[in-house]
Amino acid sequence: MSVSSERRPAREDRAAAAVAATFREERAAVLATLIRHVRDFQLAEDAVQDAFAAAIVSWPRDGIPANPGAWITVTARRRAIDRLRRDRSLSDRAERLAALLRLEEQEEPVLSEEGSIEDDRLRLIFTCCHPALDPPARVALTLRALGGLSTGEIARAFLVAEPTMGKRIVRAKRKIADAHIPYRVPPDEELPSRLRGVLRVVYLIFNEGYAASEGEQLVREPLCDEALRLGALLSQLMPDEPEVWGLLALMLLHDARRTARSDERGRYVALDDQQRELWDERKIQAGLRALERSVRLRRPGEYQLQAAITALHMQRAAGEPGWAQIAELYGALARLSPSPVVELNRAAAVGFAAGADAGLELLEPLLEDPALARYQPLHAAHAELLRRAGEPAAAAGAYERAIALSANAVERAELERRLQTLRAG
Amino acid sequence: MSQYMLLLYNNEVDGAEQSAREAQFPLWRELNESLQSSGLLVASGRLHDAPSATTVRVRDDEATITDGPFAVTKEVLVGYYLIDSRDLDEALEVAARVPLARYGSVEVRPVMDVSELQARHEAAVGQA
Repeated sequence: MSVSSERRPAREDRAAAAVAATFREERAAVLATLIRHVRDFQLAEDAVQDAFAAAIVSWPRDGIPANPGAWITVTARRRAIDRLRRDRSLSDRAERLAALLRLEEQEEPVLSEEGSIEDDRLRLIFTCCHPALDPPARVALTLRALGGLSTGEIARAFLVAEPTMGKRIVRAKRKIADAHIPYRVPPDEELPSRLRGVLRVVYLIFNEGYAASEGEQLVREPLCDEALRLGALLSQLMPDEPEVWGLLALMLLHDARRTARSDERGRYVALDDQQRELWDERKIQAGLRALERSVRLRRPGEYQLQAAITALHMQRAAGEPGWAQIAELYGALARLSPSPVVELNRAAAVGFAAGADAGLELLEPLLEDPALARYQPLHAAHAELLRRAGEPAAAAGAYERAIALSANAVERAELERRLQTLRAG
Repeated sequence: MSQYMLLLYNNEVDGAEQSAREAQFPLWRELNESLQSSGLLVASGRLHDAPSATTVRVRDDEATITDGPFAVTKEVLVGYYLIDSRDLDEALEVAARVPLARYGSVEVRPVMDVSELQARHEAAVGQA
């Protein structure tokens, strides 16, 4: 087979596809390791960028290398050396250069340290999600470093002007360097709280994409995909952490219903009204498997419980009983992380499992809390329970309070419809 | 003999203004050397800019860490520790142990590596 017989565009297409695939699959790992070697986030990122720019030029011309990831690693390291040689303002320049040049002398350094490459990606995640960084910066930095999203892509996804997002990212990287935020996986005693921080960032990315799936789909859906990829990566790197699996399960079970949760006009469709043939069976199965891994580790956490509740709701919507178990899980969630939202959901579940009166009893303390007086979902749930308990006059009053507090037109229309049905009946 | 801490306040400036100020590097060195030889200098340092700060508060035994300097005008600076620490995590740990962190706030600011400043200055002079 001769190279010249190949049609040029096809050859270029294949090279471009190889660069894109390498970018997607290897970039985060290459960057993570290079940051450890050069001890400089910005320098490493620039060097990796250089390496991909070089690949775009040389792969179509010289052919795709046998090991694209290794090619990028070596090229990025050489570009880092070039950049260090040029940058005379660094006081420890000589020290960094020497360390990099030592690596250059080693044969196949990449393949011999598989374990530490995984550690590097974890180091990168924990650094990007460090509590000393501003929360929006944690999200942006994670998407940029781990997801390879450009500043423009991140800015559009969060509806922020590109220069604003650019400044946010530059500032975060400078803080990592100036304040010496360590590049490491936190020690055991700090790990639980730091891991919670990381999972919060991933879930925030997911929710940002998921909550906006009505309307701006094209812009926001990549966020869901990116959060799922991060969740899967974490489960691969930290397989003994139940909440890592719990979060992955929760995201998969929500994501499986991405297309079913809005109708053709973009309006929200509640779980019980969704067309189940639109649910992604493959994602549901993956979500249930992740949930099982989480449960088997025998340390229940918030995400695990939420994922279990979501799974039960989906089975219930498919016609199976489940309210009693859902109520029980909300009870466990309330003990673990008490909040009015959890209590409200628990009361609603108990209302279905054990009757409206039992639900109303649980709602009492929430109704007495002045801080929740203007919390619309509380009044809507109260109205439903009163209606089912056979108290139409009180139910009508609660509906009116809920309607008055509704900011959303669709929601208000639905509540008004229910109120009218109640008055007619 | 008492000790005084001299806090140097400054506004953030743009690149041109900044390089004009950095050209005064010899003046700073002169002052430092004179203070040192007269035995007046205990410790001095230049801090990285305000965005590199981290603030620590301890409430109910739980340390909360926030990005940025502490900027409520009613609180005044009442003391300082200058510590050697491996990295930010270690410094934050010490900050959370300061008793004042339980009712006030401790702002952790990295001190600049002056040799880096010097290298930058010399690189700039070399280019000129």
